[in-house]
Amino acid sequence: MTYLELDDVSVTYRIASGEVPAVRGVSLTLDAGAALGVAGESGSGKSTLAMALLRLLPRSAGVGGRILLDGEDVLTMKWGRLRAVRWAEASIVFQGAQHGLNPVRRIGDQIAEPLLVHGLARPEQARGRVAELLEQVGLPTWRARSYPHELSGGQRQRVMIAMALACSPRLIIADEPTTALDVMVQAQVLTLIKQLVADNGISLIMISHDLSVLADVCDQLAVMYAGRLVEHGPARDVFHDARHPYSQALAAAFPTVGDPASRLAPRGLGGDPPDPMRLPTGCSFHPRCPVALEECPTLDVELWPAGPGRRAACVHVREQAPAGTKGETS
Amino acid sequence: MTETQASAEPAAAAGRSTLLEARDLHVEFAARGRRARAVDGVNLAIGAGEIVALVGESGCGKTTLARTLLGLERPTSGSVRYGGTELSYRGRALKSYRREVQLVLQDPMGSLNPRQTVYEAVAEGPRIHGLPDEKEVVASALARAGLRPPERFFLRYPHELSGGQRQRVVIAGALALDPKVLVADEPVASLDASVRGEILALLLRLRDELGLSALVVTHDLGLAWNIADRVAVMYLGRIVESGPVEQVLTAPRHPYTQALLSVLPESPERVVLTGEPPDPTRIPGGCRFHARCQVLASGRAAEAGVDGRCRSESPAVLPAVPAAQAACHFAQVAGTDA
Repeated sequence: MTYLELDDVSVTYRIASGEVPAVRGVSLTLDAGAALGVAGESGSGKSTLAMALLRLLPRSAGVGGRILLDGEDVLTMKWGRLRAVRWAEASIVFQGAQHGLNPVRRIGDQIAEPLLVHGLARPEQARGRVAELLEQVGLPTWRARSYPHELSGGQRQRVMIAMALACSPRLIIADEPTTALDVMVQAQVLTLIKQLVADNGISLIMISHDLSVLADVCDQLAVMYAGRLVEHGPARDVFHDARHPYSQALAAAFPTVGDPASRLAPRGLGGDPPDPMRLPTGCSFHPRCPVALEECPTLDVELWPAGPGRRAACVHVREQAPAGTKGETS
Repeated sequence: MTETQASAEPAAAAGRSTLLEARDLHVEFAARGRRARAVDGVNLAIGAGEIVALVGESGCGKTTLARTLLGLERPTSGSVRYGGTELSYRGRALKSYRREVQLVLQDPMGSLNPRQTVYEAVAEGPRIHGLPDEKEVVASALARAGLRPPERFFLRYPHELSGGQRQRVVIAGALALDPKVLVADEPVASLDASVRGEILALLLRLRDELGLSALVVTHDLGLAWNIADRVAVMYLGRIVESGPVEQVLTAPRHPYTQALLSVLPESPERVVLTGEPPDPTRIPGGCRFHARCQVLASGRAAEAGVDGRCRSESPAVLPAVPAAQAACHFAQVAGTDA
């Protein structure tokens, strides 16, 4: 059952020197209880897209299209309803847990805040719920009395996850939840997220530039480049057998230890991510593309079917698409 | 995927002469009224033209070890040796040492002055050392770091550059002094995935073309696999396992290395260690890893009859040899199939 549906979503920032198209016509669906990974590098629009889901963007951002959360369009919601939806229906775990917590308030009070604000618990009940949440994320209950500086990076990220879980949301959006963490702590946090999502039937959207992490946690993978969705499909397929040359480069950027092909052979892409104000013509990826064709600088390729449950926006995929199928205009 | 770089050099360090070396190095700090043993007995040698990856979690002492090798930190005991002679901490000697061994910082946004042009940033080192033909030196350093044509970058400011270009400027600043060794602390941690490969390929090319040695400090085992000849795994102030990358990363012998590798995505069986790296002000007795050790916890150490030693006897400090070795009682009795 579809829980979240993005229909031709676009986000444009208006700044003094013009308009910056950050997200350009993204259409995606997420089933209840499923996990979607969104990959891309800085400037690809992945974080903007996540913020747009709960209308957390500044006023200078114009959002177009439809964002249906359980059938209800987030973009046309009244403020009161939107307030209820944030935290209670869907919550966000931001990157950089160091800055997401108030340094002068105790952990327990911060976790209890959404509960109290949303009237889901009276102050005397809140303490019990906080203890329960801390236990769920693997922290001892006495930590409720600690201040953020007394916790390590991994513990603070656990607190952020406890806050996101506080109002029993149906969707959690995790924006680079493990970026600043060590490998071992990252593994602890990812294991925790996977287990919480599975145990509680929560839907998950996880954002990262590390395809290997996303492939590990998510069922579906969406790859963004210059504000567009360039590839989408089952996570393992996209990671191991990417169809779009950009997804291939992203997958190769994090080598598998023990793979002889990547030994003493780091792989990356030439060039830099494009400036959204000066997007290349045609396919925005063509200046960096190792397999670009003559028509790529003029041809803006839409998403084409690329195997079971898969789509990719590349002229090479279009050529291989079975006759009679059509691309999606975006 | 435009840059695929295969190294012509054989990975083994056997034939290389030692260039930079840490001998029985200890570095201690005062921390909240206690002594923190950040580096607690380390032997490490970097050969000419060799890339060594120093891996470990935050707080394991890897950055302190790198800073001490650069002469930025003084050892409490033990010594840093370069080209066979002990590092002197007198002003002039240290200055000439720093021409030979250069630091490449992580996060180029933080390490470049936003009000300095690329030219000024790269020329700073040559000016301090009074090198002649400054303009030529800067241009050739930029070109070697892959910023071509260099003149186009002279008057640019850091904010006008992309992340990958900024990291290249930082590397050019180090190359301007014609060093023999680069010490790079997390050189790609703040870079985008697609740019990362390019910077790593650059480090490999510098080694192949200029014969540069490098110590790359990182928590990323994939990076070690990508560019290093040898890897040293550090835990709580000590190197617990070291050796050729192929051997250590495909057949790790120390339980800590095994755990680190097991949590990489795609690995079949995970050993997620509980807790975070313990405190260098309270290094546990016995083997410093025993409290978190999965081999001890599972009873395999007891079967091998070493559990008593794990809890009471610290494994000997590893010598600075190129061959694979692990500081673990269990690995020593169990052979390679630990």
